[in-house]
Amino acid sequence: MYKYILKRLLFLIPTILGVTFIIYAVMNITPGDPGRAILGANAMQADVDAYNHMLGYDLPFLQKFVNYVQDLFLKGDFGISYFTKQPVFAEIWPRYGFSVRLALMGALLSAVIGIPLGIYAAVKQYSLWDTVPSVISFLIAAIPGFVVGMLLLYIFALKLNWLPSYGASSLRHYIMPMLALAIPPAAQNMRFTKSSMLESIRQDYVRTARAKGAPERTVIWKHALKNAMLPVVTQMGLTLGALIAGAVVVEKLFSLPGIGSLIVDRIPFKDEPVIIGGTILLSVCFAVIMLVVDVIYAFIDPRIKAKYVKMKGK
Amino acid sequence: MSRNETDKTKETILEIKDLKVIYQTDAEVIEAVNHIDLNILRGRTLGLVGETGAGKTTTALSILRLLPEMTGKIRGGSIFFEGHNLLEVDENWMRALRGNAISMVFQDPMSSLNPVLTIGEQISEVIRLHEPDLPRREVEEKVDSTLNLVGIPASRKAEYPHQFSGGMKQRVVIAMAICCEPALLIADEPTTALDVTIQAQVLAMMSDLKHRLGTSMLMITHDLGIVAQTCDDVAVMYAGEIIEAGTVEDIFLNEQHHPYTTGLFQSIPDINKKSDRLKPIPGLMADPANLPKGCAFAPRCGQCREICTKEHPVLTAWGTHQLRCHLFASSEKEQERGAE
Amino acid sequence: MRSAKKAVQAVDSNRYRRSNRFGEIWRRFRKSKGALIGLILLLMIVVLLLCAELLIPYEAAIKQDVRSALAGPSAEHVFGCDTYGRDILARIVHGGRTSLSIALWATVCSCVVGSLLGAVAGYFGGIIDSVIMRALDLFMSVPDILFTMAVVFALSANFVNLLIALTISFFPNYVRLVRSQVLTLAEQDYVEAARAGGSNNARIICSHILPNAVGVIIINVTLNVARIIIYESTLGFLGLGMPAPHPEWGMMLSEAREVMRVAPHMIFFPAAAIVLCACSINLVGDGLRDALDPHLKS
Repeated sequence: MYKYILKRLLFLIPTILGVTFIIYAVMNITPGDPGRAILGANAMQADVDAYNHMLGYDLPFLQKFVNYVQDLFLKGDFGISYFTKQPVFAEIWPRYGFSVRLALMGALLSAVIGIPLGIYAAVKQYSLWDTVPSVISFLIAAIPGFVVGMLLLYIFALKLNWLPSYGASSLRHYIMPMLALAIPPAAQNMRFTKSSMLESIRQDYVRTARAKGAPERTVIWKHALKNAMLPVVTQMGLTLGALIAGAVVVEKLFSLPGIGSLIVDRIPFKDEPVIIGGTILLSVCFAVIMLVVDVIYAFIDPRIKAKYVKMKGK
Repeated sequence: MSRNETDKTKETILEIKDLKVIYQTDAEVIEAVNHIDLNILRGRTLGLVGETGAGKTTTALSILRLLPEMTGKIRGGSIFFEGHNLLEVDENWMRALRGNAISMVFQDPMSSLNPVLTIGEQISEVIRLHEPDLPRREVEEKVDSTLNLVGIPASRKAEYPHQFSGGMKQRVVIAMAICCEPALLIADEPTTALDVTIQAQVLAMMSDLKHRLGTSMLMITHDLGIVAQTCDDVAVMYAGEIIEAGTVEDIFLNEQHHPYTTGLFQSIPDINKKSDRLKPIPGLMADPANLPKGCAFAPRCGQCREICTKEHPVLTAWGTHQLRCHLFASSEKEQERGAE
Repeated sequence: MRSAKKAVQAVDSNRYRRSNRFGEIWRRFRKSKGALIGLILLLMIVVLLLCAELLIPYEAAIKQDVRSALAGPSAEHVFGCDTYGRDILARIVHGGRTSLSIALWATVCSCVVGSLLGAVAGYFGGIIDSVIMRALDLFMSVPDILFTMAVVFALSANFVNLLIALTISFFPNYVRLVRSQVLTLAEQDYVEAARAGGSNNARIICSHILPNAVGVIIINVTLNVARIIIYESTLGFLGLGMPAPHPEWGMMLSEAREVMRVAPHMIFFPAAAIVLCACSINLVGDGLRDALDPHLKS
C-alpha cells in the first residue's frame, strides 16, 4: 500500500513540472513586453530593453522556462507582479488557503447534499423522491454557476436582506458563496450517484443478498451502496476540477479574497506573473487532490488494494 | 424442524400448483411460466430441464419470491412449502425462509458474489441473519466448518472474491447456500459457467453434501448428463410448461416420450451408438410474448397433426410418468388424467 | 456454398437493419416527451437566431441611448435596456448568434481533433498511445477553466481565439471517449468474428467499430454544445468573452451584477436565455442517449 502511495507521490513531480510547462508555454504564445508593462508607456525604449535584459526576459523561451522553474522550485520565487511590483508569492500565498478551503468545503457540501439524494432517488425510483430531485438537478445542469450565485444574491441579499452580499468577515458571509459553489456539483453528484446506484442494484450479488434473506435495508446500504460508491469517489475527484473553476467565479461574484478573484482582477492589467503563478498553484493543488482521491479509491476497492498488498509481500 | 424424520421419504416438501408468472413491460407481456405443477419430495433431487428461456429460472425465483420487482408478476397458483403457501405469507416470513430453509445457488459465480466484501463476511452474514443470537466465535467456527465442507481452506476466508477461480467462487456460493442447512436447495445451472473438469467436481460435492445434510434439491439445468448423474426425478419444461415429468428411470428408460424430450436426447451424442449425425431440434423456441394457440411445441414438432395447432394438449400419466402431448392423449384416452 | 449463402443473408439483414435504424431511433426518440419539447424549443431558437437580422438589426444591440439607460421592459424595448441604454432583446438575440456558433464550431473542432487522436491512440496502441495519453493527463491536470482563461488571456479574446481556447479545453474528453470505444469495441466478439472472417483492419474500423462508436459520440457532442454555451458565458462573465461592444450573454450578466438592485430585468432575461438554450439541448441529448442506447437508460 505504501508502495502505491509512494509511486503516486513520485508521479506527482513530472505532473507538476508538465503542468508548469504547459501553463508557462501557453502564456508565452504571444511575446510579451514585461519591461514596458512594468515601467509604463512613457519610459524610454533603452530603459525598457535594459530592464528586460536585467530580468532575463529577452532570453529564448526554453532558457526562460528553465530559469522560471529554478526560481519557482528552488527559491519559491514566482517573480514580481507587473501591477503592484510586489513579489508574486507574497500576493498569492495568503489567498491560497482561502481558495483551497472554499473548494474543499464546497466539495464536502456538494457531497453531503448530492449523494444521499442520489441514493434515495435510486432506491425510490419513479416516486416523488426520484422525480423531483431529478428534474431540479436537470435544470441546475443548464444553469451556469455564476447565475446560481446571482440568483442567490438577488433573493437573499437584495430582496430578503438576510445575508451580506460581499466580503468574508463573518460566518454569515460564507453561506451564499458556499451554496453557490456547492449547488451545481451537488446536482451532478446526485445524478451520478443515482445512476451508479441503479446500476449496482441490478447486479447479481444484490439478488444473492436478497436470497440470503437479508432485509431490504441491509441489501441497499451494505451490498449495493458500497459498490456504487466506487465510481462516485472518482467522480467526486473530477468534480473538484469544476469546483476550482467554480471557486474562481464565486470569488469574483462575491468579492472574496481568493486566488481566483486575484487572477481575474489582474487580467485587464496583463499581470502575467500573478496569472501564471496563481494558475500553477491551483493546478498543483488540483493534482494533489486527485492523488488523494486515487489513494482513497485504492483503500476502498479491495481489487486495487489487494494488488498492491501482494506486491509489498513479494 | 422436521429434518430428522428421514423415514418419511415420500413426504412432499415443496408443492407448486398451477403457477402462472408473467413479465410485464411497456411493450409486451411475456408469459414465462404457464400453469405448472411440480412436487419435490423430501431428500430427493428434482431436475428441471429445458432450453434457455423455457421459464426454469423464473420458476426458481418465484419460489423465493425474488422476481424482478417492476416487471415480474405471479398471476395465480400456489407454492406450498412445509404447509405454508409462500405466495400468501408476508415478506418477513419469506425473509426468514430465504437462505435458511430455502436457499439458492445462482448460475454465474463471477457476478453473484459481492466484490467488496470478503468471502468470510459474505458467508457469516447468512448465519448472523438467521441465527442472530449465536455468539461471534461460534459464527466464525460455523463459517470455517462450512468452508471445509465445500473444500476451501478456512484460512482463505479473509480473501475477496476476485482472488478465487470460477470453480472456487461457486464453492463459496454453495457454502453460503448450505451454511444454514436448508431443507431445500435450489441450484440454477450451478455448473454452466464452469469448466467441464470443475463441473464434475462441483456436482460430486453437491451430491455428497445433499446426502450428508438430507437436503432436497431443485436442480435446474439444460444438460441431460447432469440430470442422469444427480437427479431422482425429472421435469422437462418447454415454453413455460411442464411437458413431461417422471422419475429418472421414466425419462431415461421408458419408450414413450414427448417429441421435445426425444429431440433433447437426439441432440446429445451417445458414445455407444454409431450414429452418423446429431439431430438438433429444428427452429427456435416459441416467443413467450406470443405463444401459439395449441401445443407450444407444434411449430417445431416432426409429428405435428392438425389437432396440435388447435387444441392445448392435456396431461396423460402412467404411474409416475406424465406427458403432455396429443400423441399419447388420444391413444390412451381411458388412462387417468393428470392434475388439471 | 452454404456459408456463402449464410453470409449473404447476414449482409442482407444488416442492410435492412441500417435502413431501418434511423426510423427506429426516431421512433424511440419521439416516445420521450421531454426530448420532443427540447427539439421543438431548439429548432425555434435556431430559427430565431438565423433570422435575427430580419427581426432586429445588429445596430440596435450596440446603439447606446442614455435616456433609456436601465429602463425596464416596455412596448418599445420588450426586455428593457441595459446600463448604456442598449436594447436587451437585441443584445440577447445577437449575442446568442455568436454564442451558439462558437459553441457549435468549438464542439465540431474538439470532436474532430479529439476523435482522431483517440482513434490513433486506441488503434495503434503501444508507444503512440502512451505518449498521447500521458500528454492528455497533463492537460487534464490543469483545471479546465483556468486553462481556457490562460489561453484566451495569452491570445486575446476574439471569435477565432475563443474557438481555439474552447477546442483545447474540450478535446481531451473525445480522445478518452473514442480511445476507450475503439479499445472495447476491438475486443467485442463480432469484431473478432469479422477479423476471423478475413476482413482487414480498415474495413473492421469502418464497418464495425465506427458505426457502433458513433452513437456515443453523437450523445457527447450534443451534451457538449450545452456545456460550451455555459462555459463560454462564464468566460464572458469573467471578462474574457467577445471584445467590448459586441453583445455576449455572460458579459451582459456581469454588467447586470453592478445594477442588480435597480434593474433585475438585466439579470433575468440573459440568464433565462442561457438556461433555455442549455436546457433544450440537454433534453435533446438525453433523448438521443435513450434512443441510441436503450440499455444506458436508467
